[in-house]
Amino acid sequence: MKAFQFGSPKSLEQVTAYLAGADGDVRLMGGGTDLLGEIKEGTIQPDVVVDLKAVPGLAFIRRDADGLAIGACTAVADLAADPDVARDYRGLHEAAAVVASPQLRNMGTVGGNLCQRPRCWYFRDAATVCNKKGGSQCFAEQGRNKYHAVFGGGLCWSVYPSDLAPALIALESKVVVASPQGERTIPLAEFYAPPIVNVRKENILSRQDVVKEIRVPAPKKGDRGAYVKFMERGAWDFAVVSAAVKLTLAGNSISDVRIVCGGVAPVPWRLKAAEDALRGRTVSESAAAQAAARAAGDARPLAENGYKVDIFKAVVARAVLAAAKG
Amino acid sequence: MDTPRKKKKAVSRRAFLQTMGGGAVGAGVVSRVLGKEMPALQAGPGPMDVVSSKTISLTVNGRKVKVAAEAGETLLQVLREKLQLTGAKRVCNRGECGGCTVLVGGKPVYACHTLALQIDGAEILTVEGLAEGDKLHPVQQAFIDKDGYQCGFCTPGFIMASVGLLKKNPQPTFDEIRAGVSGNLCRCGNYQKIYAAVGAAAETMRRG
Ligand SMILES: Cc1cc2nc3c(=O)[nH]c(=O)nc-3n(C[C@H](O)[C@H](O)[C@H](O)COP(=O)(O)OP(=O)(O)OC[C@H]3O[C@@H](n4cnc5c(N)ncnc54)[C@H](O)[C@@H]3O)c2cc1C
Repeated sequence: MKAFQFGSPKSLEQVTAYLAGADGDVRLMGGGTDLLGEIKEGTIQPDVVVDLKAVPGLAFIRRDADGLAIGACTAVADLAADPDVARDYRGLHEAAAVVASPQLRNMGTVGGNLCQRPRCWYFRDAATVCNKKGGSQCFAEQGRNKYHAVFGGGLCWSVYPSDLAPALIALESKVVVASPQGERTIPLAEFYAPPIVNVRKENILSRQDVVKEIRVPAPKKGDRGAYVKFMERGAWDFAVVSAAVKLTLAGNSISDVRIVCGGVAPVPWRLKAAEDALRGRTVSESAAAQAAARAAGDARPLAENGYKVDIFKAVVARAVLAAAKG
Repeated sequence: MDTPRKKKKAVSRRAFLQTMGGGAVGAGVVSRVLGKEMPALQAGPGPMDVVSSKTISLTVNGRKVKVAAEAGETLLQVLREKLQLTGAKRVCNRGECGGCTVLVGGKPVYACHTLALQIDGAEILTVEGLAEGDKLHPVQQAFIDKDGYQCGFCTPGFIMASVGLLKKNPQPTFDEIRAGVSGNLCRCGNYQKIYAAVGAAAETMRRG
């Protein structure tokens, strides 16, 4: 492991001022649960690691008339344990509760969860220079691809591993980004960039941007949510497939619905076709299964991951029914 | 051998020069570089402290210690190599197995995946800090009574995860116990007895 320096900021302004002038490889660290893995494996060799948790006031969960504001450095465990979140945003609560292990939820932050890098074994191998690392191929496409993408592949077939991202996108959350030029607020759905936009990076942040907070709109009457995560191991694991659903019921009929999946594409994957199939329909097992099957029609599995399409159909249908049940 | 150190110095000087642009920022730098308690001359954030190593203060098992650590050093390295507390084990060194679990601020974390500089000022509890004299902590005692270990290598981590769980949830259900220690692996596969030990400890602690 190459030696690096450690930055202890006292304010977010110190961070952005530093980023504005820095020319080495500077990395932001929340809990470091993902970043340290990359450093230890040698896939990155930063000159400076900036400890965002040192910034006062970045860890909070606040509620107001607009909804919920979550500070970037809020521990995933605190999000999972928040009683208001559990009551008003069940899908988000369920997603936070299944992130990694108890220890990692205590250490890991919400901002870090949203900015984490994919777990593709080629990407995580320091010696393999794939498209994502400036190379000229995706090794998973013709290689070992049991856990890889079934949607949105091409230049890169990694899957986006975050559990919080699908849940927060389903809730139409926004992300507040601080930079030397000031702050901007963008929909989380537009925060992620598919490989054809930028194969090197999964989001649109520049090296001078810092995620400051997440804003989740206030729930409307009749809103319900759920997060269903299928894992190979029961204890903890990254999602093989996960689905976040937010739906609004008018009586027994679905007036609005958003479905976002994790573990199936290089970025969180919205299922517009399934949403269209469900809107206006009465909740039922067959409606959920038909919507899931319609979404699965776009799948393009690789040699070893066809099984994920079947799991995808089951997980999506289950998540729709779980959300409707309330 | 000298190169990395030189390079590190170069980075910090570069950072120093870069932040000299604004007057307020410059004033902050000067006061820090001079090492005096001089207030910044103008209001402003001042530059971020960037160091290669630092002497940090920790409270470990109730004892206040100061220890010098490099930026890349983990809490586990500090505990095992500098404070001779070898209860927390280095096993996977990637935040997956739980053998290095200790409590930081009362919550279980992986010491192998925590940088020492990240937790400057924190309170740490390791397995060595549980017993009071010869009297074992109820969780330790329960692991003995219920045969909660086989080879014993994962045991300190399981004990600390369990202590953390019972702090948060003194009366866990069986499923909550399973979830509570799910961040720890036992290669002997002694899980059933580990769960029984945690349940027994909860019972003892409830009775006081
Ligand atoms: C064994 C293991 C299992 C895991 N399982 C899961 C899982 O099931 N589900 C899941 O979602 N994740 C999982 N993770 C990934 C990770 O631990 C969590 O996502 C965690 O929440 C990451 O947060 P962090 O603060 O530790 O991130 P860091 O490691 O601190 O940061 C991650 C990335 O985000 C960047 N970053 C951090 N904060 C900011 C910010 N505020 N602004 C801009 N960039 C930022 C960093 O530069 C880095 O590139 C797992 C990790 C491990 C090691």
